Amino acid sequence: MAQNIPADLKYTKSHEWVRVEGDVVVIGITDHAQDSLGDIVYLDLPEAGRVLAKEDTFGEVESVKAVSELYSPVSGEVVEANTGIQDSTEVVNTDPYEGGWLIKVRLSDPSEVEALLSAEEYGAVADAEGH
Amino acid sequence: MSKDTREPLIFDVSRPGRVAANLLPKCDVPYQSPSELLGAESLREKLPLPEVSELDVVRHFTHLSQRNYSIDAGFYPLGSCTMKYNPKINEKTAGLPGFAALHPLQPQETVQGALELIYELQKMLAEICGMKATTLQPSAGAHGELLAMMMVQAYHAERGDTQRNIVVIPDSAHGTNPASAARCGFKVKGIPSNEKGCTDLAGLEKALEGGNVAALMLTNPNTVGLFESDIQQICQMVHDAGGLVYCDGANMNAMLGLTRPGDMGFDVMHFNLHKTFSTPHGGGGPGCGAVSVQANLEPYLPVPTVEKEGDTFRWKFDNSKSVGKVHSFYGAFLIAVRAYTYILSLGKEGLRSASENALINANYIRARLADYYDVAYNAPICMHEVVFSANRQKREGDVRAMDISKRLMDYGFHPPTNYFPLIVPEALMIEPTETESKQTIDSFIEAMIAIAKETQENPEIVRTAPHTTLVSRLDETMAVKNLDLRYAPLFEE
Amino acid sequence: MAYISNTNEDRAEMLSAMGFTSFDALLAPLPPAIRYQGELNIPTALDEGGVLRRLQQLAAKNVDLESHLCFLGAGIYDHFRPVVVGMLAVRGEFATAYTPYQPEVSQGTLQAIYEYQTLICGLTNMDISNASMYDGATGLAEAALMATSILNRGDIVVSGAVNPLYRQVIQTYANVTGYRVVEVPTAEGVTDTERLSEIVNSQTACVVFQQPNFFGNLEDVETLTETAHKAGALAISAVDPISLGLLKPPGDYGVDIVLGEGQSLGNAMGFGGPLLGFFACNKRFVRSFPGRIVGATQDSQGRRGYTMTLRTREQDIRREKATSNICTNQALLALCATIYLCELGKTGLRHVADLSLQKAHYAFQQLCAIEGVKPLFPNAKFFKEFALSLPVSPSELNTSLLQSKIVGGLDLGAYYPEFAGSSLFCVTETKTKAGIDALVSATEGVVKGGKA
Repeated sequence: MAQNIPADLKYTKSHEWVRVEGDVVVIGITDHAQDSLGDIVYLDLPEAGRVLAKEDTFGEVESVKAVSELYSPVSGEVVEANTGIQDSTEVVNTDPYEGGWLIKVRLSDPSEVEALLSAEEYGAVADAEGH
Repeated sequence: MSKDTREPLIFDVSRPGRVAANLLPKCDVPYQSPSELLGAESLREKLPLPEVSELDVVRHFTHLSQRNYSIDAGFYPLGSCTMKYNPKINEKTAGLPGFAALHPLQPQETVQGALELIYELQKMLAEICGMKATTLQPSAGAHGELLAMMMVQAYHAERGDTQRNIVVIPDSAHGTNPASAARCGFKVKGIPSNEKGCTDLAGLEKALEGGNVAALMLTNPNTVGLFESDIQQICQMVHDAGGLVYCDGANMNAMLGLTRPGDMGFDVMHFNLHKTFSTPHGGGGPGCGAVSVQANLEPYLPVPTVEKEGDTFRWKFDNSKSVGKVHSFYGAFLIAVRAYTYILSLGKEGLRSASENALINANYIRARLADYYDVAYNAPICMHEVVFSANRQKREGDVRAMDISKRLMDYGFHPPTNYFPLIVPEALMIEPTETESKQTIDSFIEAMIAIAKETQENPEIVRTAPHTTLVSRLDETMAVKNLDLRYAPLFEE
Repeated sequence: MAYISNTNEDRAEMLSAMGFTSFDALLAPLPPAIRYQGELNIPTALDEGGVLRRLQQLAAKNVDLESHLCFLGAGIYDHFRPVVVGMLAVRGEFATAYTPYQPEVSQGTLQAIYEYQTLICGLTNMDISNASMYDGATGLAEAALMATSILNRGDIVVSGAVNPLYRQVIQTYANVTGYRVVEVPTAEGVTDTERLSEIVNSQTACVVFQQPNFFGNLEDVETLTETAHKAGALAISAVDPISLGLLKPPGDYGVDIVLGEGQSLGNAMGFGGPLLGFFACNKRFVRSFPGRIVGATQDSQGRRGYTMTLRTREQDIRREKATSNICTNQALLALCATIYLCELGKTGLRHVADLSLQKAHYAFQQLCAIEGVKPLFPNAKFFKEFALSLPVSPSELNTSLLQSKIVGGLDLGAYYPEFAGSSLFCVTETKTKAGIDALVSATEGVVKGGKA
């Protein structure tokens, strides 16, 4: 099954994507992740101001039958969470890379972004999991 | 013929002023006003309960019962659930007034028969698993696990081994294992299974490093239906590292009279009396998660324990090392009566025969379906259950394990367990139990083969199953997003 | 034997289909060293008549409360069980069904649980109820742990007038989690609210009380709830469901979590088990709530149906991060409670509560007329249980009462040393005036005879 993996984003093995917008990054979960989870029914997101280290848990995403922790791909301070979609969580399924973004983080170490997976590398990770 | 198959809620049947029957006597003592006795401010106004006749009640609940699958009506090949026949005599004995109409706080001299039964059953269970002592207090398997972890913690605490804060659990374990360990404040360390579906000894070795492991929780036979052949070495490794070994007894039905967890080296285990010892599941409970221990853990058993002195039985409440109490009283006594009845009915030879037949039935299914479904880990012999993967069906017809399960309903069977254990993709876990006949099992096998063919020829019929049940697939997303957990009109003014 | 369906011929055919000639081949995975070679020390099989005789013989060694009058309460109650409850619940379609994980073939159990949840919400006036828990004591422990995790606070404040057996269970659960259980003293048979307001602080996760309390007395539930809330803590109340036929429901006084023992709702006393823990709470805690929950939804053709929901809180999905390790509910006992509440209905449950109230007060007044028998808490209002200070030893009184086929009250000294010499009596609607008079005259006989 073809997966939508935009080439201009960075990725993690735990299925988060990262888009760089200056010194802030936008973070969400990938199309592959939303597809494996199924209908998403609940999002637990952090409050703005929380300071995250790379790989910290910053929230949870739940479908009817699965729950998955969200890991921060980078270190920094949460500047905004997409709380507007908590009542319409299906946006994460339908539009994971735009409307379904989860948090914005002000980078404390921009070099961390470089170490993340490219679209091609992530595609291999997603393939290896089988779908 | 089109027929509305819904059963209305009892609240829809209710009519103001309707009553069921002459259930209660008139007041035969001088009447005093409740508001004087209790204070008007303490009294309620509304009491939103239904008003129905007894015939309404009988019809409604009879109709509801007809909307259930049950062992009495058909075959339940549910892996890890041991849905064996629940003998009717068990219900008869549990209903005897000398058991059912006992108050738990009656003077001990008035409940000697009950204490004797508890004492006897505890001894029998200890004998069956090769351990020293048993408690019947836990209400379910998960409750037994929790109690066991409490005892493990108390054991290490008494030795000053308070740094032991890790419980090691294979990735194939029931979810209750990590949940129960976490409930006791333990950190859970998972270990992967090896390519044979069994505990990976190197992984275990690594997990045991550091001297912080309090216990290993292990299911044997494991959740893939395979016997952990290295079990003695596993127990030895954990003991050498100063930890204890817990046996999740969910799969005890494979071992009665054939092998005993106590002899393998386990320190503590739980039984599910509602699986192995035939007490009914009741649509989700009640159960009994009896726990047996070796001598090293006996001091920590919950109170009260029952003791025999001459011909007299008595409760012993004072035990300074006990972890305390985990039940209001002594556990699910009437479930214990059923299990005791079952053991007397089977006898030692019947127990062994039950496990032998459970193994034969499971291996027969394994052998006959192996050409149609992928056997997980492809071991030549399974124990009392067999795990298949629907990977092939997913690949060939985009049919998932869940679809196959739902389609089985159209053939008149309850589905097997799906998506467990987690380490098997598209798992179909089948446990036939000993009480099913070859004829029943053959027709189940035929249904499974037919579905495998449908997957190739007409996968849509499988993907959209069931087609013959009272309701089709339910919208579980809607159930979570628009929570409707009680009948709202009852609460509207 | 063993309820096995297969014949020797069936077994031989099956083994041969697998390519084996004997059963022993299937034991190959078992290392010889741990194959059990002996014979279990368990009796040989009995025939059905023999089993029945053995069980009847054991049952006959007990004093059952169908042949004796029971004035014991303290958490388990001898309320009337309408015949229809047992007759319907024994149906194999309910009793031998599995947990309703497959909703298409479990609508009966699921709808019954939905109705149960509705009835519990109605009784307690709370927003949500789970599908039930093990028993009242573990329900209370789960409620306290839920409060600690919601508020991230470590102190569980419990009234000394909460059932002492329940308090032991809370203590057991708290011991392993490192939480502190703080007991609030009682005064005149109720929770000392002044002491409570000194005890609660910013570490208090919850204030736990019982209504009516262990002594049968009515608590000042408004003040208790308010005191908890002022400290930012949750108010948790254990309640007697029968009392809710008359008493104000906990939702009316703002309690956050309500639980209790549901045995008296149509279930056998059964020597204390299995029991039925009911559990309800405010809807804002829906995600931290332990236990199974059933919700209404639609099937793929738009028909109403029921399914277990909010499943991601549970252990099989969330594993060590689950809200609780519980994966059982007491479905069959919850079914009995559902049938019981429907059968009795609005007027019946009020009647049960009122009759219990009336008879308990009659018994109280008659017993207090005996010289030397005094109310232990003269200023308290009580529902169906009351404590009396006796001029004779409670346990010896109970021994004498047995000769009149009466099981007397609970010796309070066993749980409260300061109340040694007192008994806790319970009188439900199942006791006739004649039965109560028999208790009174037998007690009077013992007191006057000075036997004890």
